[in-house]
Amino acid sequence: MALLDYFRTDMLPHIWCPGCGNGIVTQAIVRGIDALGWSQDETVIVSGIGCSSRAPGYLDFDTLHTTHGRALAFATGVKLAKPHLNVIVVTGDGDASAIGGNHLIHAARRNINITTICFNNSIYGMTGGQYSPLSPSHSYGSTAPYGNIDRAFDLCELVRASGASYVARGSVYHIAQLTRAIQDALAKPGFAFVEAITPCPVYFGRKNQLRTAVDMMRWQKEQMIPLRRAEKMDPEELTGKVIIGTFADKDLPEYTDSYEALIEKVRREVEESS
Amino acid sequence: MNLATQPENRVALTGNEAVAHAMKQINPDVVAAYPITPQTEIVQIFSGFVADGDVDTVFERVESEHSAMSAAVGAAAAGARAMTATSANGLALMWEILYIAASNRLPIVMPVVNRALSAPINIHCDHSDTMGARDSGWIQLFSENAQEAYDNTLQAIRIAEHPDVELPVMVCLDGFIISHAMDNLFMLPDEMVTKFIGLRKPEYSLLDVDNPATYGPLDLQDWYFEHKRQQVEGMKKALDVIPQIAVEYEELTGREYGFFEAYRASDAEALMIVLGSTAGTAKDVVDAMRDEGHPVGLIKLRTFRPFPMQQLVSALAGRRAVAVMDRSDTFSTAGGPLFHGVRHALYDCERAPLTSNYIYGLGGRDVKPHDLRKVFDDTLRMGESGRVSQPITYLGVRE
Ligand SMILES: Cc1ncc(C[n+]2csc(CCOP(=O)(O)OP(=O)(O)O)c2C)c(N)n1
Ligand code: SF4
Repeated sequence: MALLDYFRTDMLPHIWCPGCGNGIVTQAIVRGIDALGWSQDETVIVSGIGCSSRAPGYLDFDTLHTTHGRALAFATGVKLAKPHLNVIVVTGDGDASAIGGNHLIHAARRNINITTICFNNSIYGMTGGQYSPLSPSHSYGSTAPYGNIDRAFDLCELVRASGASYVARGSVYHIAQLTRAIQDALAKPGFAFVEAITPCPVYFGRKNQLRTAVDMMRWQKEQMIPLRRAEKMDPEELTGKVIIGTFADKDLPEYTDSYEALIEKVRREVEESS
Repeated sequence: MNLATQPENRVALTGNEAVAHAMKQINPDVVAAYPITPQTEIVQIFSGFVADGDVDTVFERVESEHSAMSAAVGAAAAGARAMTATSANGLALMWEILYIAASNRLPIVMPVVNRALSAPINIHCDHSDTMGARDSGWIQLFSENAQEAYDNTLQAIRIAEHPDVELPVMVCLDGFIISHAMDNLFMLPDEMVTKFIGLRKPEYSLLDVDNPATYGPLDLQDWYFEHKRQQVEGMKKALDVIPQIAVEYEELTGREYGFFEAYRASDAEALMIVLGSTAGTAKDVVDAMRDEGHPVGLIKLRTFRPFPMQQLVSALAGRRAVAVMDRSDTFSTAGGPLFHGVRHALYDCERAPLTSNYIYGLGGRDVKPHDLRKVFDDTLRMGESGRVSQPITYLGVRE
C-alpha cells in the first residue's frame, strides 16, 4: 500500500511546527505497520494529550484520542475486550512518564500485548516548554529559567525493569534503526516499548541553544551512541550521552493469553467437578 | 486621594498576567502546579517570580494536578498559605482532593481558568469544569474581566482564611476571553496587599507541635455527619464574610463587590442573570436596548458558592421575567446549574418572575450582542404574555 493510504489526508496539513520531529516518528510507525501488513480495520491507535498524541488524528485507523496520561489505561480496555486487535499507543514524554507514569509501569508489569511509542522531545511541547521527567538535568525550560535540578528518568530502564517483553530507544536522526525498532516492537507479543527521541526546536531547542531543527539533528547525531558501541566504552565516556538500541527482547507470558488460559482452566475444572 | 486608583497603578495586563501578579503580591508559602491550557501562563509567569527571588514561595513542579492539589492540602494543613491554579481536565483530575481540601477546612485559593471539559477535546471557554465542582464544598467567585480576576484573587485569601469560614476558594475566570485578552486594570501597591491580606493564623496546624492535630482521620457514623453539618455552617458564614471583606476592599480601592452586580436592574422588567465575561457583552446590549426604551437589566452573579439565595430573591421579586444564562449543562434535561439555583430560590417568592434558561457558549462558541438581544426580546415577550413558552433554549447552536 502507498504510505499515504494510511493517512487521513483530509486532516492534513498537520499542526506541528516547522522542524518538529513528530512527523518522522509517525511515518516510522506507518512504515512498521505496512511492513507487517496489518489491516487498518484490525488496528487501533490510542493516544493521550500533547503534540505527539495528535498523531493518530492524521492516521486512517480506528483511533481513540483520550486524556492526558491515560492512553495506556484506555488501550488496556480495548485490548482486553478484543484481544485479536493490534493495539498501539502513541504518547509523549510528559504523558507517559509524569501524569501517566503509573499506567506505564503497570502495563509493562502485566506484559499486555500493546505497542507503546513514546515521542520523547524532552519537554512538554503542547503547553509551552515546561520541563518534563525526561528533560536532562540542568536543561532549561519555561518552568526552569535557571536550569532544571531534577534528575531524568531512564524510561527504557524503568519499563524493562517493570517486566516488558521488548524495549528499545531510537532517534529520528537514526531513522533506519528507529523504524526497525518500531517494526520489531509491533511484531512482538507482549508489552513493547519504543522511546523515540524527536526534536522540538520550538521549545526544547530554543531554550537550550539548539535553535534550529538542524542544530537539534546534529545534537542527536553527536549525543546518541549505539548500544553495541556503548558496551565497549567507559562509563565516564558515556556521561551526557544517550544510548540507542534494543534493551530487552524476551519471550514472556502475555497478559490476554494468561487471562484466556485462566478462564479455560477454571471452566475445565467446573466441568470436571459437575 | 485613593492610592489604589492612582494613574501609576494602572497597568495593561492579560487576565493570566493579572492573576500571576496578584499571586506575586500575595507571596504564598507554597505553590504546586501542573500546566494546562489556558491556565499554564499564570503559574509559568509566577515561576519566573520564584526563580528571580521576587517571592519567598516554595514552588513545586509536580507530575499531575492530583499531586498539585495534594501538595496544596499538605502545605495548608501544615499551616502554610498554599495556592495552585488549573483548568478543565486538570480540575477534573483534582476531584478527589477538592473534597479533601474543603472537608479539612483548608483555605487554599485556586484560580481556575474556565475551559470546556473533554470529550471531545476542546480548549476554549465554558463553565463545565468549575460547575462540575460546584458541590465539592469550595467557595466559587466568578470574574467579568481581568480587574475582577485580580480583585477576587486578593479577596479570596481573606474570605478563605477568615476564622468563621476556613474553606477553599476557586477564583473563576473565562478561558482566553479573560485569560489571554489584554485589559486595563488597577493594581494595588504591594504594601497595601500585604497589609490587606495579613498573615495566615490557622487554628490548628501540623507544625504546631505543642497542639498536635490530625487531619482527615476515620470518622464514621459517630461524628461524620456533625462535621459535614459544620462545613455547611462555614459556607453560611461565608455569606456574612464575603460582603464584609468586599466593604474593606472597597475602602481601599473604590471598587464595589457584592454577591452580584445589578446593572440597570432596579426598574427592569426583564432581567438576565449571567456569570463571567458574558456580562460585559450583556451590559452593552442592555445600554443599547435601554436607549430604545426597553426596560431590561442585568444581574451578574459573582458568588456562585455559597449561593446567595435570599439576596437574589430580593433582587428578582416583582420582575416580570428572568433569563438565566448557563455556560454549561447538567445533562439532567432540566436545565443548567445556574438555572437550578435561581428557579429553586424563587419557589417561595410571592411575586416571583417567570424564568427561562439559555444554555450558550459551550466549547467557546462565541456569544454575540445579537444573540443576547434575542434573549432579551424573548424575555420581554415572556413577561408580557405571562407564559413560559420554552423553558430551556440552546442558544446559537445548529440543531
Ligand atoms: C489532566 C490534564 N492536565 C494537563 C493537561 C495539559 N497538557 C496537555 S499536553 C501536556 C504536556 C504534553 O507534554 P508531552 O506529554 O511531553 O507531549 P508533547 O506535547 O511534548 O508531545 C499538558 C500538561 C491536560 N490536557 N490534562
Ligand atoms: S511545540 Fe515542539 S513538539 Fe510541539 S509541534 Fe512544535 S516543535 Fe513539535
